[in-house]
Amino acid sequence: MSARPVLEAQHRAGAAAAALVLALTLGTLAAVALRAEAPAALGMADWAAVRFTVTQAVLSATLSCLLAIPVARALARRRFPGRGLLVTLLGAPFILPVIVAVLGLLAVFGRAGLVSQGLAFLGLPPVDIYGLHGVVLAHVFFNLPLATRLILQGWLAIPSERFRLAATLGLGPAEIARILERPMLRDALPGAFAVIFLVCLTSFAVALTLGGGPRATTVELAIYQAFTYEFDLGRAALLALVQVALTLLAALFALRAAVPAAMGAGLDRAVERWDAGTAGLRALDTGLLAAVSLFLLLPLGAVAAAGAASLAGLPASVWLATLRSLAVALGSAGLTLMLALPIALLVERLRGRAGSALVEGIGYLTVAASPLVMGTGLFILLFPLADPAALALPVTATVNAAMTLPFALRALIPALREAEASYGRLADSLGIEGGARLRLLILPRLRRALGFSAGIAAAFSMGDLGVIALFANPEIATLPLQLYRLMAAYRMDDALGAALVLMAASLALFWVFDRGGRVNAPA
Amino acid sequence: MKFPTLAAGLLMATMAGAQSPELTVYTYDSFVAEWGPGPAVEAAFEESCGCDLKFVAAGDGAGLLARVRLEGARTEADVVLGLDTNLTAAAADSALFQPVDVSADYDLPVAWEDDLFVPYDWGYFAFVYDTTKLAEPPVSLEALAASDLKILIQDPRSSTPGLGLLLWVEAAYSDRAGEIWEALSDNILTVTPGWSEAYGLFLEGEADMVLSYTTSPAYHLIAEDDPTKAAARFEEGHYLQVEVAGMIASTEEPELARAFLDFIVTDAFQSVIPTTNWMYPAVTPADGLPQGFETLTVPARALLYPPREAAQVRDRAIETWRAALSR
Repeated sequence: MSARPVLEAQHRAGAAAAALVLALTLGTLAAVALRAEAPAALGMADWAAVRFTVTQAVLSATLSCLLAIPVARALARRRFPGRGLLVTLLGAPFILPVIVAVLGLLAVFGRAGLVSQGLAFLGLPPVDIYGLHGVVLAHVFFNLPLATRLILQGWLAIPSERFRLAATLGLGPAEIARILERPMLRDALPGAFAVIFLVCLTSFAVALTLGGGPRATTVELAIYQAFTYEFDLGRAALLALVQVALTLLAALFALRAAVPAAMGAGLDRAVERWDAGTAGLRALDTGLLAAVSLFLLLPLGAVAAAGAASLAGLPASVWLATLRSLAVALGSAGLTLMLALPIALLVERLRGRAGSALVEGIGYLTVAASPLVMGTGLFILLFPLADPAALALPVTATVNAAMTLPFALRALIPALREAEASYGRLADSLGIEGGARLRLLILPRLRRALGFSAGIAAAFSMGDLGVIALFANPEIATLPLQLYRLMAAYRMDDALGAALVLMAASLALFWVFDRGGRVNAPA
Repeated sequence: MKFPTLAAGLLMATMAGAQSPELTVYTYDSFVAEWGPGPAVEAAFEESCGCDLKFVAAGDGAGLLARVRLEGARTEADVVLGLDTNLTAAAADSALFQPVDVSADYDLPVAWEDDLFVPYDWGYFAFVYDTTKLAEPPVSLEALAASDLKILIQDPRSSTPGLGLLLWVEAAYSDRAGEIWEALSDNILTVTPGWSEAYGLFLEGEADMVLSYTTSPAYHLIAEDDPTKAAARFEEGHYLQVEVAGMIASTEEPELARAFLDFIVTDAFQSVIPTTNWMYPAVTPADGLPQGFETLTVPARALLYPPREAAQVRDRAIETWRAALSR
């Protein structure tokens, strides 16, 4: 096959993937708006919800990213036994169902939690976690690991030869930070910030449960109320439109603020960090990693400990739901790659033209799209054509894939740019185009990013309640839905057992894919 | 001659399967769970109806009505089961339901006069606590507000118990509702989106009391053999939740739908309710209530707005609540 048609086919695939994303976000939103029975307007309370939502999202994203920088640096420049395991475990909070993560956090920071018990021992009152600070704490718990991973990708993309050269020149930590690390951060941070800001934008249960009352009303709750209690589809669509506008602002900020780093190519040798050997830096990194591990792993440990007792007696339906969720997760991971890779290739092809930013912006849309509006829109569109319950699992996998797309793009686009910048001209001069270029250059260079993307898509899909609740029938339940059913039936112990199964399955999925992307890839 | 018999039997079975009409009942998610009333109800009804009863789950009670309204007259549903009296006014306005003639000797604390919906169970909202941690529970909402106890409640904009508490405060205190909420605001540990989150946090020991039902302690007593949970009895009375079922106007199976609504008030359905839905049955079965239910708190007074009034009070009550708690 000659190169030209293949290239055009790649373009078409990218455009088709972007169009599908548009249909899933703006298309479903339009479907909901068109079904509205009366013209809608936003009230004072809605704008208060928008203000609170943006405030907590900015705070959460800022704090997550600021904390993630030293943590990612420590992970990037240290080698220790269990490092790989720690990196995998760090992915756990992000993929847990909200209520499980909240229970884990409360086991540590709640009124009856470990910290409060410690304080009571000293004769002090319990911690009050409920309020804006509690919401931000929970969001940092969810997103610090994600920020760390995204920034760590940037660190690992700095070729070891640069550090070798820096060592030869006798550069210390400060100079390395200025010459190598800061340019990398200028490239990676805005995207990570934008993605986490958007994740926090659609927060619903966390914000409400830990927010302490109606002051902590988010846009997503307002959408829920408009839809279920008032059946005001127009207002639900308007609120969803506000979320889209905020998404575009965040995407614009990320694209404007990011300055691509020009690191050049390397030989993929293991990084040795001669600059970080001093005792002070060693202690700093060790302390940081220990603190973050405690912060993230204690709540997870509490969930695991609470669930372990009822693991053996779990009803068979929980295990069936686990299998079903695994299938959905694998489907979602495959779909994510099928959407993300063509879009990333298209963004790279169009680089320097306005179309590039547009396509990348479209890629961001799904993360802040209201799951309720997306699900309802799909329902309106599919209901005349087919039985929604029969489509429950495929629809869930598709929506999940769309929602993890922005994370995949965050990992793929920089890696692709790096590959093209470093080897593109060589490939051009050798006439390697189209399918051969993809096979020989792109895919091998993207392995790590592809593995990470598939892993996060699979794990997120495993734990997401998503749109299944709108489509479900009694026989088809995913594991998160089954978990909620157990809780709704007073069966807290079984629910905690199911939560442990969910956590273990999500982590295993993430580990397998992420590991797969790193096999034969040093570091 | 076993084989021909077997073959004939199989043939008959497939033919019966192909011919038997299907009745589709939309309900909330926890009704159809394997430990919910769904499976037993399905088996009992299919024994007599010569039909295939199919449950479709659609979120919670409010989500259920939204789903039916979204589908409109094209809906597959023949019967909707799981709305409560705070939703029936909106359901009646949607013109999607048709009246049914079901009569029974209801054991509800209030008279039942709605001819559009058939009640199938009910319960009192109440604050549930742990008797080993709280010896003397408050005796009224005012006493609760004056105490330093921490409570968990649900958001009235996303949860039916949350809305129930708002109407409770309105019904018991009307003009003083705002004042009560302001006094309660320092007792409210947090407001969760749904019942499950609040009850889960309570079981994990986060708060002294949680908004639930007077029947909640029955679950712990009967299923877990744990007598330590109780519901506080408030002297101003307790607000009621009555759950109902209705027949879709556009149904293609009106006879079956009517048969199902008649079935709802019989013992076969009602005797399943107490230990699966953990609510009071609308008609007490001939064998009475399961052992353990006699230990439950019984309020002195039942409070309930008629559906039309509940719909009118709701918006004002949410505004009062939001204003008082946002200070």
